[in-house]
Amino acid sequence: MAEKVYAGKAVSVTDDGYLTDPNQWTKEIAIEIAKEEGIELTDKHFAVIEFIREKTLKGEVLTIRTIGKSGMVDTKGFYELFPGAPLKKASRIAGIAKPSSCV
Amino acid sequence: MANAQDHPIKKVMIICAKANLEDVYAALVMANGAVMEGIEAKVFFTFFGLDAITKKQMKKLHTATVGNPGLRMPGGLPFPTILGMLPGVEAGVSAMMKSQMEKIDIPPVDEYFELITAGGGEIYACKLAVEMFGLKKEDFSEHVKDIITIGQFYELAAGEGTQIIFV
Repeated sequence: MAEKVYAGKAVSVTDDGYLTDPNQWTKEIAIEIAKEEGIELTDKHFAVIEFIREKTLKGEVLTIRTIGKSGMVDTKGFYELFPGAPLKKASRIAGIAKPSSCV
Repeated sequence: MANAQDHPIKKVMIICAKANLEDVYAALVMANGAVMEGIEAKVFFTFFGLDAITKKQMKKLHTATVGNPGLRMPGGLPFPTILGMLPGVEAGVSAMMKSQMEKIDIPPVDEYFELITAGGGEIYACKLAVEMFGLKKEDFSEHVKDIITIGQFYELAAGEGTQIIFV
């Protein structure tokens, strides 16, 4: 675990760079983490990120499949928004834990 | 873990030569898992594995109820081989496995291909096996990118950080 400063706010992160406390998350922090991932956040990104936060904080385990079926974004669109590893990147930007799903 | 960062896996080439539900799923889970991690994935179906990508067979994959020592009855008792021979039993057991998988959010085969290709993964059929079984391009799922030779397969595998996996 380590401390990191995003948007002038100190937050604690895991070795992989995921926030340890989702309540420390702000939109400004999201923008800076996204930059580290090489992503410029748009409204569409934020809609997906907020959806992921909401579901995850309610205790749901999201997968790329469930997100693709949610009506928020289809699977292809999800890969386009967060190229490479969409679930991992989106989770990190959303300030939630590293995903642990196999599908 | 320094090593993991120095030499990450960049590409997986997965070969699936069997039509058993569990073997096909092993290939699909690995391919989709790679795509999810940002690793390039190409899956090459050959011999009986072609069933997994033909429109006619892909939704009817079975797990073997004969000669499968890992198969057990619900509750854990061994599955009697003689029972596995009865008509309909294999289909029933396979349907049960599929419903169990759906419960833990493992998609059916055709949907799995959608997930893999949506993430940039590619699906290929082996030319030799296609000819051997007398199949044509139109027999295959729309997710199949091409019918290729083993030589082309190795060309696609080229590059540092590639792993070839045979299922």
